[in-house]
Amino acid sequence: MMAALRTPRGLATALILLVLAVLPLLTQAFDQRYLLSIGTRIVIWSIAAVSLNMILGYGGLVSFGHAMFFGIGGYAVGILSAEGVSSGWIQWPVALLAATAWAALIGALSLRTRGLYFIMITLAFAQLVYYVGSGLEAYGGDDGLNISRSRFPGLIDLRDKASFYWLCFALLCASLWFCGRYANSHFGLVLRGAKSNELRMTALGFPVFRYRLAAFTIAGALGGLSGILLANEGAYVSPAMMSWMKSGDLIVIVVLGGMGALFGPLYGTIAFFVLEEALPPLLNLAHKGWGEYWMIVFGPLLVLIALYARGGIDSLLGRRHE
Amino acid sequence: MTEPLLRTERLVKRYGGLLATDNVSIDVRPGEIHALIGPNGAGKTTLVHQLTGVVAPDSGAIHFAGRDVTRLATHARVRLGLGRSFQITSVLREFTALENVALAVQGHAGHSFRFLADARHDEALRGPARRLLEEVGLGERAGTLAASLSHGEQRQLEIAMALAGEPSLLLLDEPMAGMGVEESQRLIGFLRALKQKHAMLLIEHDMDAVFQLADRITVLVYGRAIASGTPDEIRANPDVRQAYLGEEAA
Amino acid sequence: MEYLLLQVLNGVQLGLLMFLLAAGLTLTLGIMDLVNLAHGSLYMMGAYIAWTLIGVTDSFVLGTLLALPAIFLLGVAVEIVVIRKLYARDHLTQVLATFGLILFFNELVRALWGPAGKSIAVPGFLNRTIEILPGVPYPAYRFAIIVVGALVAILLAWLVARTRLGMLIRAGASNRRMIGALGVNIELLFSLVFGLGAVFAGLAGLMAAPIASVRIGMGDDILILALVIIVIGGIGSIKGAFIAAMVVGQIDIVGRAFLPDILKTFMSSSAASSAAPAISQVLVYVLMAVVLVWRPTGLFGQRT
Ligand SMILES: Nc1ncnc2c1ncn2[C@@H]1O[C@H](COP(=O)(O)OP(=O)(O)OP(=O)(O)O)[C@@H](O)[C@H]1O
Ligand SMILES: [Mg+2]
Repeated sequence: MMAALRTPRGLATALILLVLAVLPLLTQAFDQRYLLSIGTRIVIWSIAAVSLNMILGYGGLVSFGHAMFFGIGGYAVGILSAEGVSSGWIQWPVALLAATAWAALIGALSLRTRGLYFIMITLAFAQLVYYVGSGLEAYGGDDGLNISRSRFPGLIDLRDKASFYWLCFALLCASLWFCGRYANSHFGLVLRGAKSNELRMTALGFPVFRYRLAAFTIAGALGGLSGILLANEGAYVSPAMMSWMKSGDLIVIVVLGGMGALFGPLYGTIAFFVLEEALPPLLNLAHKGWGEYWMIVFGPLLVLIALYARGGIDSLLGRRHE
Repeated sequence: MTEPLLRTERLVKRYGGLLATDNVSIDVRPGEIHALIGPNGAGKTTLVHQLTGVVAPDSGAIHFAGRDVTRLATHARVRLGLGRSFQITSVLREFTALENVALAVQGHAGHSFRFLADARHDEALRGPARRLLEEVGLGERAGTLAASLSHGEQRQLEIAMALAGEPSLLLLDEPMAGMGVEESQRLIGFLRALKQKHAMLLIEHDMDAVFQLADRITVLVYGRAIASGTPDEIRANPDVRQAYLGEEAA
Repeated sequence: MEYLLLQVLNGVQLGLLMFLLAAGLTLTLGIMDLVNLAHGSLYMMGAYIAWTLIGVTDSFVLGTLLALPAIFLLGVAVEIVVIRKLYARDHLTQVLATFGLILFFNELVRALWGPAGKSIAVPGFLNRTIEILPGVPYPAYRFAIIVVGALVAILLAWLVARTRLGMLIRAGASNRRMIGALGVNIELLFSLVFGLGAVFAGLAGLMAAPIASVRIGMGDDILILALVIIVIGGIGSIKGAFIAAMVVGQIDIVGRAFLPDILKTFMSSSAASSAAPAISQVLVYVLMAVVLVWRPTGLFGQRT
């Protein structure tokens, strides 16, 4: 434990987690409410990125529809809330169940395909969910739906920003803990082996499809959890939260942070949000008015990262010893 | 006579107009090494692919360990005791030699739906894996990434992985390809010692190795088994001399 | 009956537009093994460049004719600067990098043309109806799209069936070694194919402009539809893309034109008319899922 702190990776990670752990106190001390809301979204998106990393990073499965789990988790909460079921004790299990079942179903169909076809079929299923969401006229259609936050009477009030943040942070820590175990477990090694050489793993007696399906389903469930949180964060759900561009953002985050690195999703999410917040003012410094068009810089930056920095931020922190 | 371990019945596989496997019926008995030889493109690898279930035959049947496995998935056949090495070296390049074999042991050790235990320190996997590496002569290289092993070492690693499944039948697709003379000789000795425990279907272009090791030989040409018998019978067979060995003599 | 005919024609028109977009995608995928998400950006750039050139020349025809070579040059430039570096890379790299290109182009358009949408007017000589059957009028502009789309389809069919390039396409996906063996200058060939795909995409974008509108991100959703089409058809197959585009075109039109009436029988009429387009979109994706589950490499894709 102490030894881990001496590596740059360990130190950076410990610092990040420390700052995140006390973020509500910091934002209160410096009276920066806005930062807490960004922090909350960073934590929620990190959970989603951790879940994508579980299949993309460790399994090599390029799912291009992961934002659909934002939508499924979010809409399950939203629809129940609109129908007058406000208890989180009902909303959350139902939403998790929905995300898990949907992930199992489309995983079973998608994992029959390989390579590009897999990328496309996951994208297609996400679009399907997207259009179902935008067709739900009773629940706001394209415009989305304002909801009230899930109620956990006597336990926690999600309307309190700090409490909600800490809940999200605790869930992120739990996700990271699980992912760390998962990655080096018997299951995780099979998944990583199949990423390296599927034919070999089959010849060793592993029914690769079943392991991938299990991984896809777990990732879907965790993705659903991030959707639940996202809906509660903004008290709002809309199809936009699961547009394919959001799925693209998630892939960007995972690669940016470092695929198959435990804390990669965390680094990636922070970098992504920081770039989003910092590029405009930086560009404005260079030339007044440029900040508005920060994506002109961000887009090519992505191209460069894709081409030359596929190890992501994690690889900048030194070699990984596993 | 003992019941054969593996038996194919008139297997046929077509690739478009090409008959890659043409009514092939062969068998392998417990405790024997059956060599499959034939010129390049004769359909040897295609036959192995069908035996392991990577490729489905168009017609015919495969019996293994007393069961009809023709429609069985690859991983299920492996579970029944069918191990293989690949003609084109197929190891997990990003894993160390020890991890490769440990995964192979894991593949044999029941399901792996275990999410929380640390498999990298599971002695139940690493112990046998280390022993297997010693056996094939890679004990020193346990911690090396498979990608950094020499070609010959990777071939040895493949065999260790195939053995981890404790297969009753080993399918070896050109295990000596690309090996030096010395390495080959070592491997020949090693395989001979193995044959009591593991029957083998051996595909090999190195005729020295084949005639040293094989109890029986089947000659495949253009997908057809043109001859089958003891090494002496094959050496004497005029068809074989003409179709195959003749080329080498010339 | 007449209504049905008109709707079928609308479906054909939409299908041909989609085919134009899908053709370039499936060519780059089939020959170069490249996923280009930024293909939709070229569609958008086609419309914007045409809008500017039509404004400058004050002529739809002239503006369009100038826009096509401009798009070709843009395509070749993009190929040289970015795409070329992606051929040897895995699909994930390609997806990421071209995703970055989308962000770039969307923002570039906003910077150059402003956030508000533009519109291109239907040119005067096509701003009327023609009788496709005695007593059945059809907008001349839409008919012109059908004609142009059909011409491009025929051109491509000829290209695939009769030329050396077509031979490479038919020989199947991503066989770079073979292309090299034929002694073709690969770099040049790839640039040209990419530029050609860009022209088709730009053409689709500028032809769609008078019917839809010219706006930022107009290529993003239609790109996904085009990807769906080539996946249904089988990657690399022009024939598959054509058939799939036609089917998708019909599904979309059926969704818009007929579904509302069917839905009205069991829901309120406003709910029906807003749900119908969503349902027809959903149908397209269901179709793709069904095709892929049935044939994991699409209708005419190479088996592995
Ligand atoms: N997937 C495939 N599609 C089409 N043809 C194939 C395929 N796989 C193999 N073939 C053809 O089947 C024939 C037999 O190939 P195979 O690889 O089984 O030969 P082999 O006996 O193993 O040859 P070698 O000694 O070179 O390894 C060859 O002509 C080959 O081109
Ligand atoms: Mg072979």
